[in-house]
Amino acid sequence: MIHTFSYKYKGTPFYFLWDIESGSLHNVDYAAFLRAKNCFGLELSGPEKEDLAAIGPKELADIDAELDALIAEGSLDAPKPKGEFRKNASLVKALCLHICHDCNMRCDYCFAGGGTYHTQTEYMSAEVGKQAIDFLIKNSGGRRNLEADFFGGEPLLNLDTVKEIVEYAKIRGEEEGKNITFTLTTNCLALNKEAAVYLNENMENVVLSLDGRKATHNAVRHAKNDKDIYDIIVKNAVDFRKIRGGKRYYVRGTFTAANLDFAGDIFALNDLGFDQISIEPVVLPDSHPLAIREEQVEEIKKEYERLAEGYIDRRKTDKWFNFFHFMIDLEHGPCVNKRLTGCGAGTEYMAVSPTGDLYPCHQFVGEKDYYIGNVKEGIINPEVRERFASISVLGKEYCSDCPAKYYCGGGCAANAKNFSGRLDGQYKIGCELLKKRLELSLAIAYIEALNEARPQ
Amino acid sequence: MRHIATVVKKILVKDHKTGCGECVASCQSACKTSCTVGNQSCVNKDERINIKVKDQK
Repeated sequence: MIHTFSYKYKGTPFYFLWDIESGSLHNVDYAAFLRAKNCFGLELSGPEKEDLAAIGPKELADIDAELDALIAEGSLDAPKPKGEFRKNASLVKALCLHICHDCNMRCDYCFAGGGTYHTQTEYMSAEVGKQAIDFLIKNSGGRRNLEADFFGGEPLLNLDTVKEIVEYAKIRGEEEGKNITFTLTTNCLALNKEAAVYLNENMENVVLSLDGRKATHNAVRHAKNDKDIYDIIVKNAVDFRKIRGGKRYYVRGTFTAANLDFAGDIFALNDLGFDQISIEPVVLPDSHPLAIREEQVEEIKKEYERLAEGYIDRRKTDKWFNFFHFMIDLEHGPCVNKRLTGCGAGTEYMAVSPTGDLYPCHQFVGEKDYYIGNVKEGIINPEVRERFASISVLGKEYCSDCPAKYYCGGGCAANAKNFSGRLDGQYKIGCELLKKRLELSLAIAYIEALNEARPQ
Repeated sequence: MRHIATVVKKILVKDHKTGCGECVASCQSACKTSCTVGNQSCVNKDERINIKVKDQK
């Protein structure tokens, strides 16, 4: 199966054939693009049909010979694998620790009900946190690299407990031969100097929640007392960036129906000095005023194209930055096993509530039908993990012929459930946007390689 | 070839250590709802695709 796409950079069109099963990417001229679409039964537009009809027989024969050569070597129209894939539900490698169900902000789109996950305000005790670390180590099997992610609510409201858990994990990790790394996500409001220094020294990755321009941010992210806190948050985030150096971090924002011109927010974050940026589409029920709707998808795709052009341009200057969803490693990407495992939610990755209850991921915390067990007693409902283990792109009907299937990891099970009623269902908007971002990633990688190869 | 230039070939069938599970869980990074795996590298290759190429050398 092949996928064709094109991307226009500064008026110059680039055409691509992408072989889904082998992962081969080919840049082609327009004639080969049309011929390939025609040969592989892909739809051509009216003008494309006319252009195809105008190609002479000799040129068509040349193109066919090149296509045949690629097919013969297995880098075009490679066969689909047979069989199923079952994720490993016997090991745990990563935990998302809900260090507190409380927050010092009130964001309009918060999926966590203002930080409490529609339950009650609760703070994880150091004892529960240590039990979580013990659970992680005990169930990690032979895996050496393990992860603990501090999430919330707002984790900095319980920083002392974070510190105790980290110290304990370091000691236990050394005792058991495990390399445990930590990530913390924060809204930056309480990211004072002391907290910043601690995070910088102890977190392998830090995620700073910031939506972009002041107007964008203030429209949806609020202090509990409604005061304007944007300048405080930005200062804290910028100061952290200054001490972070080359260590891993992201500024992570959300775009909504209120800022479909989100490329402007991304560039604004870059202008503030951030060079590791991620902006994601909000996921909300259709009834929510900020929800992204089907009729906005084409506009969003155009905005991603605008982002891509500015991205390529800035990366040639001292405004270089990395955009999370345009990253792609064409040479050393993840193995097939990883591609089919996806995020690992419910199997190798689980979330821990403040009281130590285990759920497939942060999106399911508090949902009793997805209760897996707790960190003290262990796995109580293994059948929940088995449900997640059985879901992969090889078995999902929507994924079988999708060009993104070996890149998306199968998508978000929580989104699939919330929008289709099934864990193995589909969140269509998410799929459409992911496919667009993936095409742009491939095009950007190609264009940047071309620019690199050009004599200076 | 005159009409087709291969950018990358058969990356899904390359022979490298597979299924070791030592790579970072994708949700540990920036996403939380738009997790992908295609934007990661194999941990055994020790590449960091999020930094400038020249800074890796």
